[in-house]
Amino acid sequence: MENTVAKKYNFKDFVSDQEVRWCPGCDDYVILRSMQKALPEMGVKKEDVVFISGIGCSSRFPYYMDTYGMHGIHGRAPAIASGVKLANPDLSVWVITGDGDAMAIGGNHFIHVLRRNLDLNIILFNNEIYGLTKGQFSPTSLVGQKTKSSPYGNTQPPFQPGELAIGAHSRFFARIGGNTPKEMTQLFIEAEKFKGTSLIEVLQNCVIFNDGCFTQFTDKAVRADKQLFVEHGEPMIFGKEKDKGLVLNDLKIEVVTIGENGITEEDILIHDAKEKDPTLHQMLIRLEYPLVTGIIRSYEDVTLEEREDALTEEVKSRSSFSKVDDLLFSGETYVVD
Amino acid sequence: MSSTKTKQQPEVIDAVVIRFVGDSGDGMQLTGTQFTDTSAMFGNDVATFPNYPSEIRAPQGSLYGVSGFQVHIGSVEISTPGDNVDLLVAMNPAGLKTNIGAVKPGHTIIVDTDAFTKKNLEKALYETNPLEDGSLENYRVIEVAMTSLTKEALKDVEGLDNKSITRSKNMFALGMVYWMYDRSRDYTIDFFHKKFKSKPQIIEANTKVLNAGYYFAETLELIPNTYTISPAKMAKGTYRIIMGNTATAWGFLAAAEKSGLELFLGSYPITPATDILHEMVKHKHFGVKAFQAEDEIAGITSSIGASFAGDLAITTTSGPGLALKGEALGLAMMVELPLVVVNVQRGGPSTGLPTKTEQSDLLQAMYGRNGESPVIVIAASTPANCFDYAFIAAKLALEHMTPVVLLTDGYIANGSAPWKIKTVEDMPTIKNRIIKEANESWHPYNRDDETLARDWAIPGTPGLEHRVGGLEKDKVTGNVSYVPENHEYMVKIRAEKVKRVQNFIPEIEPEFAQEGDLLVIGWGGTYGSLHTAVKEMNEAGYDNVGFAHFNYINPLPKNTEDLLKRFKKIVVCELNYGQFAKVLKINFNNYNFVQFNKVQGLPFGNNELIEKFKHLLQ
Repeated sequence: MENTVAKKYNFKDFVSDQEVRWCPGCDDYVILRSMQKALPEMGVKKEDVVFISGIGCSSRFPYYMDTYGMHGIHGRAPAIASGVKLANPDLSVWVITGDGDAMAIGGNHFIHVLRRNLDLNIILFNNEIYGLTKGQFSPTSLVGQKTKSSPYGNTQPPFQPGELAIGAHSRFFARIGGNTPKEMTQLFIEAEKFKGTSLIEVLQNCVIFNDGCFTQFTDKAVRADKQLFVEHGEPMIFGKEKDKGLVLNDLKIEVVTIGENGITEEDILIHDAKEKDPTLHQMLIRLEYPLVTGIIRSYEDVTLEEREDALTEEVKSRSSFSKVDDLLFSGETYVVD
Repeated sequence: MSSTKTKQQPEVIDAVVIRFVGDSGDGMQLTGTQFTDTSAMFGNDVATFPNYPSEIRAPQGSLYGVSGFQVHIGSVEISTPGDNVDLLVAMNPAGLKTNIGAVKPGHTIIVDTDAFTKKNLEKALYETNPLEDGSLENYRVIEVAMTSLTKEALKDVEGLDNKSITRSKNMFALGMVYWMYDRSRDYTIDFFHKKFKSKPQIIEANTKVLNAGYYFAETLELIPNTYTISPAKMAKGTYRIIMGNTATAWGFLAAAEKSGLELFLGSYPITPATDILHEMVKHKHFGVKAFQAEDEIAGITSSIGASFAGDLAITTTSGPGLALKGEALGLAMMVELPLVVVNVQRGGPSTGLPTKTEQSDLLQAMYGRNGESPVIVIAASTPANCFDYAFIAAKLALEHMTPVVLLTDGYIANGSAPWKIKTVEDMPTIKNRIIKEANESWHPYNRDDETLARDWAIPGTPGLEHRVGGLEKDKVTGNVSYVPENHEYMVKIRAEKVKRVQNFIPEIEPEFAQEGDLLVIGWGGTYGSLHTAVKEMNEAGYDNVGFAHFNYINPLPKNTEDLLKRFKKIVVCELNYGQFAKVLKINFNNYNFVQFNKVQGLPFGNNELIEKFKHLLQ
């Protein structure tokens, strides 16, 4: 097939000549490498890939990718990316943002880009702290959290990014720990496949200012017992022994043990990421134990560019204007001679 | 109907200013537009200005709900909608009260007496009826019971509700004015047929009322004279009446076609710029991508994204919106991408006077960003040349790879005038800097020797993958650089790039005196007022007065200083507190610039200008 991707890439094709300058041990390295490994699997041409970022540690990401990229201004990456995508819908456009960038200064663009459903991918590096400005609380920091700007403890209740996203009509939401590159790589590939705006929240550990904030879920020793990695069509089972699962009891999700109280695997909820109604997805996002990761919601809907294209074609087919002169001389004109 | 009186020979006059005023719902904009179009078709030069309240449906009869439309027509050159009016048509007491001050003493006012009820007089805060208390004795008042006469004219037309009947009284007024100024009704009757194609009874009703007004004026003893205004001497060609905002939008359409690029507009609604968005969204047939964003910042940043991806990208706004766009404009300057920011200026500061005109965003356009961030600033000066300057703004942005701020203002944006239609072919070529391939040694910040513009390598082009961003860049590779000397070099080169635009823009050519005692300087939307005033001065024998109007603000035309040298005195006239004067003082500090400023949300009046100029000549 001539017009599909003739070239085979490997991850090195996506590594730029710039020295990576994140702190040693930062999860950002994991995200970067996962992306570089995912891109060759996506079937997109290198020249069609665009990374757009805002401001913050994570937003240096485009400099490290050997693709087209723009390091924008604080909070505005979704709007810049929307312009890129509307200008050229054939591009694979990625937004790189952090919790402060996306949900504080850029909150408005974040909710609107989700609402519109352009076919873009957003990676939200959530470390529950401002890193680049050296340690202030962010919109996802916990109440009571002591930071440079909350020495006696944070008094502002946090956003749950997924909850906010679904409130803004997000069609694709996934969450993943920053220390699980294999799953992360797979999610990036899935996000690219998804037609519409996909949002991936990466729980990204900041080794300097908020070290260990996700350890209780992401540490290798507890991960299997504390995290539920969901897959569409599969029962929501977790635990080292694969013996824990989720059931719906009244209007609440409950954790049960298979083999206890007459519970069998059949009783466990099957994950339906493609369901239009986001009620259960919201419940999974809010669940405090286990932490739900993987693709929580993946509901395919018409994209903005499809609506725009269809409308443009329709208007074109009805219009008698083929060039600008037709417009300039249309309607009421008169001749002076 | 038959006329009861033979028509007298109308008196020939050069020009007339007419203002139609009434409630927001009285159809004054339509009435004014019809009179304008009819006169333009007849061959007159015209200029118009609408004046409507910012309230969408202000309470009926209230002073702040008055909507007006002023039209100036002439057999002579018409450059402004006019200061004082020769004829005021007031459909209610509120309209009379808020506009009487503009009527020249001894001139004519037509009122609908049916609207002068106790209730309406109270709403207009009249203690006594001005039609009865002698307060209008310095004017020629023509009292007409327009509402009743309209009802009478329509008593035989079936299928009309009361509202449709009273709403057509504006056509009665128009009919009267057509008779007074010897205009044909054909264009308007034609308009009814086009506009109300599927509503024959509305066509009939409007035509009847228009004719009724016309014949009523003819038979009325109170109108002794009629006037006629001969066609103006205008260059041969095909014309249309165009509003500034429409012309701006069309200029960009033409530029997109000329440059072979797709057009992207990222915009957020704001008065008085929104009509550009309204116009652009209509043109999906040309593939225009008009994106109504979530805010001003997304308006410009989406445009920056579109520009990065290879579209001709525009964003439109007014003063407060430009403030919000400031940071992003700095980004566009830093990444050296083409972008046009249109600022339709309004009264400021802050929310200011959204529906009024002013020129007080000049310094914001020049300097309103952090760091050393020069951009090209140009200004349109008439409703029709908004087309040209929009086109030129796009051309400069694309050829010099830099943002351009195009300044217009509420006065020219909402005003309309005849435009001798240009074709896309007539416009200068635009050479965009998109590159499709490059050799190994190519870098994104390679520059053209003459313009210093960088190449435009757009996503989708194999082998030219690169990153840009707001951090300072290395002068060659475009990679992030904190090297002190590099930063200084880049600051200088970005300034030099804008300065070199001087080599590509026309020199300034003064009108009237080429040297002499007084040089009148203006910029932007005041062209009509200043041109008219200096012209009158010259006609009155003051041939020592010259006039230079600037469309290119940053950089200024190369020969600006040569011009300044040739006059003894220089006066800079602006609708602000002296912003262009400041720019001139910075650039030419050996000259004395007298300022003439007005900050009332209103255009200059002819008399105040002439008075000032005469005073300066003493």
